[in-house]
Amino acid sequence: MKFFLKILKDFPAYLWSGWGAIASILLFIALWDVGNQVYGNLVLPSPLETFKTLYAMLHSQEVWEQIDITLYRASVGFGLSLLFGSILGLIAGFFATASMMSRPVVTILVGMPPIAWIVLAMIWFGMGDETVIFTVIVASFPIIFVGALQGTRTLDGDLKEMADSFHFPWHMKFMDVYFPHIFSYIFPAWVSGLGMAWKIVIMAELLATSDGMGAELAIARSQLDTPTALALVTIMIGSLMFIEYIILEPIKREVESWRS
Amino acid sequence: MEKLEVKNLTHHFGFTEILHDINFTLKRGEVVSIVGPSGGGKTTLLHLCSGLLDVEEGSVSNNFTSSAFAFQEGRLLPWKNVIDNIVVGLLARGDKKSIAIQQAKDIALKFGLEEDDFEKFPKDLSGGMKQRVNFARALVTKPSLLFLDEPFSALDIGLKRELYAHLMESCKEDDMSILFITHDLMEGIRLSDEILLLEADPGHIVKTFKYEMPKEKRDDTFVYEESAKILQDKEIIETFELNSLELK
Ligand SMILES: Nc1ncnc2c1ncn2[C@@H]1O[C@H](COP(=O)(O)OP(=O)(O)OP(=O)(O)O)[C@@H](O)[C@H]1O
Ligand SMILES: [Mg+2]
Repeated sequence: MKFFLKILKDFPAYLWSGWGAIASILLFIALWDVGNQVYGNLVLPSPLETFKTLYAMLHSQEVWEQIDITLYRASVGFGLSLLFGSILGLIAGFFATASMMSRPVVTILVGMPPIAWIVLAMIWFGMGDETVIFTVIVASFPIIFVGALQGTRTLDGDLKEMADSFHFPWHMKFMDVYFPHIFSYIFPAWVSGLGMAWKIVIMAELLATSDGMGAELAIARSQLDTPTALALVTIMIGSLMFIEYIILEPIKREVESWRS
Repeated sequence: MEKLEVKNLTHHFGFTEILHDINFTLKRGEVVSIVGPSGGGKTTLLHLCSGLLDVEEGSVSNNFTSSAFAFQEGRLLPWKNVIDNIVVGLLARGDKKSIAIQQAKDIALKFGLEEDDFEKFPKDLSGGMKQRVNFARALVTKPSLLFLDEPFSALDIGLKRELYAHLMESCKEDDMSILFITHDLMEGIRLSDEILLLEADPGHIVKTFKYEMPKEKRDDTFVYEESAKILQDKEIIETFELNSLELK
């Protein structure tokens, strides 16, 4: 509780530090406008037109339904990866044999291009939710798994010895010795896993389903409706930035204030 | 009778013999110090005595009711501030949090830490401050046996004296026993009932020096005279190879 209050208390200062980020976004939009003047409306619609389309889209019930569908798939896929990736990674990290055995599997999962997974998933599950969710899982699971595994593998033996010398009870050993260290590895892995999940969900939808934001993007492409395509991209990027900078980053700062 | 008894203790790391046939006894209320060259196996001996390392040959029997260890390299939890680090030993044995924190603050102040430092993380502490936090963490639990691995090595003389005084006070109040490692012969003479001289390769006890004079009566003159005496000792000269490096 105290912890969340502290996050809220430091939040304004954090936002204030975001002026630099806002300036760079504005600069980016300015360059975009230059691009529009050079290449014309069909290739690159102006920021203004894009934001107008975006505004109109956000007022349409139908678009929100598509966003909901995509959100549902991404969160189920990411949620399952988070749960199983973290738990299995921790287990694998605590046992040397398990971590050795899991390495080649992880290499395969990381090395295999997502597009190949989509093709396989389409064959196995057909066109629908399962294919998308499956692809999201195979793409984000290994990232989280590796984060959890490395966090556990790199625990400091000296600190464990210290904990033993004071006869720490198991819950203290976990909360005060293991958890903060593992968390400093696993949390960044969650963040990159989330980014991965969000990218993959759109790609899988574009190729394998008839609904969701990815499918909308496919429709915009076939109709050469560039403003809509760009507006969709803006929604995707905007939502990711919101989650990452407004929700996750402040938590991370607070939890890791002990780091230099 | 609470005591720590070490008999015929021998220890290997891999194929190298680190300790060879160590024998000594530490009784309740006594202070025993270990001096010897760097890398001679002092830390290893202390870890064996405290049960942090498993005994392979010989025996260590320890029937003190409680013990605490102050490590040579600090071993503070990097994600906890000064007070939260000091308090872990108390919380681990189930003390009430508010009382434990008050005790931690008291001892931190006694150890020359300031209130401004209480919220600092180990990364923002000086070497000597870390050492004091580490030492305070062990002492605050008031163990009946305290293991100290070079607890004063990074402190200035003023702080050293203050901490000697606190240590002696706790010793008397709680009838605490101490086994500690030091590189400072004068410190050993001031604080201990017995000094064990550990020679290296492999570590074995070549000589023990006993001091009967009550500790509160040991003034500077006593300490200087005794250290002058001990520096003339043949075994000390050989163990620390003092003659090969005569200062001009
Ligand atoms: N875990 C270990 N594995 C292998 N060798 C070790 C280990 N710990 C210590 N040693 C070796 O044992 C010897 C004694 O080490 P120890 O730490 O006990 O010395 P020390 O007397 O405490 O030295 P110092 O005064 O410098 O702290 C050294 O040669 C060291 O390399
Ligand atoms: Mg040592």
